[in-house]
Amino acid sequence: MAKNKKSAPTLMVPSRIPVLKTYKMFVGGEFPRTESGRFYTPRVKGRSLGNFCLGSRKDVRQAVAAARSAQAHWANRTSYNRAQILYRIAELLEARRLQFIQDLNHQGSSERQAQAEVDMSIERLVYYAGWCDKYQQVFGSVNPVASEHFNVSILEPMGVVFHIAPDNQPLLGVISIMAPIIASGNTTICLASESKPISAVNLAEVLATADVPPGVVNILTGSLDELAVPAADHFDINAIAWNRSNGRRNKTTLQMIEEKATSNLKRVRRYERPWTRLESQNPYLIADFCEVKTTWHPIETISESGSGY
Amino acid sequence: MTIPFPTLNSPPIDQVGVVQRAKRFCTRSIKNESKMQGLKMVLNMIDLTTLEGMDTPGKVRQLCTKAKQVHAAVAGLPTVAAVCVYPNLVAIAKQELLGTSIKVASVATAFPSGNSSLDIKLAEVAYAIDSGADEIDMVISRGRFHTGDYRYVFDEIAAVKEACGKARLKVILETGELGTFDKVRLASDLAMEAGADFIKTSTGKIKPAATLPVTLVMIEAIRDYHRRTGRQVGMKPAGGISKSKLALHYLVMVKETLGNDWLNNQWFRFGASSLVNDVLMQIVKQKTGCYQAPQYFSAD
Repeated sequence: MAKNKKSAPTLMVPSRIPVLKTYKMFVGGEFPRTESGRFYTPRVKGRSLGNFCLGSRKDVRQAVAAARSAQAHWANRTSYNRAQILYRIAELLEARRLQFIQDLNHQGSSERQAQAEVDMSIERLVYYAGWCDKYQQVFGSVNPVASEHFNVSILEPMGVVFHIAPDNQPLLGVISIMAPIIASGNTTICLASESKPISAVNLAEVLATADVPPGVVNILTGSLDELAVPAADHFDINAIAWNRSNGRRNKTTLQMIEEKATSNLKRVRRYERPWTRLESQNPYLIADFCEVKTTWHPIETISESGSGY
Repeated sequence: MTIPFPTLNSPPIDQVGVVQRAKRFCTRSIKNESKMQGLKMVLNMIDLTTLEGMDTPGKVRQLCTKAKQVHAAVAGLPTVAAVCVYPNLVAIAKQELLGTSIKVASVATAFPSGNSSLDIKLAEVAYAIDSGADEIDMVISRGRFHTGDYRYVFDEIAAVKEACGKARLKVILETGELGTFDKVRLASDLAMEAGADFIKTSTGKIKPAATLPVTLVMIEAIRDYHRRTGRQVGMKPAGGISKSKLALHYLVMVKETLGNDWLNNQWFRFGASSLVNDVLMQIVKQKTGCYQAPQYFSAD
């Protein structure tokens, strides 16, 4: 009988051509191709990573419109709810851990580096999920004033933040800035690494299923030098996060961004740090994309010695 | 003077065909100088509108100020075509716009429902005209229309037209409540036969408001009426047009259906308010190359 079992029918898999994925962008909760119809093919060690959208200035415009329309609603959610959603992103990233390790391998990371980067990305999301309902207590203050006012300062999200992702840590780099940006109620447009865009593009699929409202995070692919111009010029972007090395190759781009950003007083923050280090995560990154609002609330004298505050 | 009820030969409308034809007008590429020209034309065709229960004299004055100077930072911009308000605010708008070429339009005839007696409607029209309205935007009685009482609807429009005197009459069909393109076509023909100077899609209170297909049905009615009688009738899509790109599609459709004679604010209008700032943002974008944000433009 045991011998007969051997002849059980086996599933025949014919030799087949693999089904390759079309990498698209992520704007307003949808996955459009670039409006321009262009594409580019980044290569790592001579091997193609696939065809990616070569985004245009109109894609920037669409993404900003999506981010802007999502912003007020996102900021008005309770910080507790934003924490839940950030944690949910971590859950889904964990579930697709192997895929992201593989993506990083494709993009040239070693097995160990890739594992460390994905694990740290998940941890980082949990870290900022925890901060969502706590940073206000740390950065907010009740201020002593010499009049009969209750004077409080709180942080408010700036609005729409354009984030330029790094090449060296294409997943962790994106998450390390994206998480603190959205934690306070900003919405963001992330320009994926030009040379290693897979991780960011696949992150979009995680975000789309992680209860992140459409438009809160938008991911574009394309040429940094091309897309930085309309972003820096755009009057509806409130801040730009430059998350790349400031080496010789990037210097002129960064300088251009900083100059153009003055047109509507965009805040430009530069980050050039190894995101793998634990010290690279801290609540000051949340404060980097917030503005301080101070309120003077008139009160009566509440103590014998004058104002109680 | 009573106009005899006409024989209406409204053709049946091919709904699928209209939707397809309307789609095709969205494929024209309008760039650079022609885009700039189109944007300025759109601006010049807008009836800047406020029709809220909470409208105040202050709000209307603010709107009139905007109508006269839409954006001080850019030189050489046209003004809008008209300011459209409720009858009780016409006098204020008229006073604010004295000495300009901007018209004052007033809704009337129990706007937006139109459910009142003819006497009250005519009295309201007279009130608006006495207060200085240059144009009257009336609504048709959709209830009567749906019961098939076309004669009542026709006589009502004719009576209001007579009460308007020199003021131009825009007839709002409220297409969102008519149901089918066939009825839109019939109502358009009815309104033009009764003496409408303009036909207008919507009150802005009902969704769907103006769409490209429904506007196409109406301008084809205008085209056929013009061919038959030689009388030119204007068109005003209203409600739901808030992006300049869409407004340019409308202009393309008007040009290709009615021709250049309709491409001015004498014969074509947009009923809108938020469209103004979007057009301004596009104009500044064309001039500076930088995408704009709404907070740099005055509220309306």
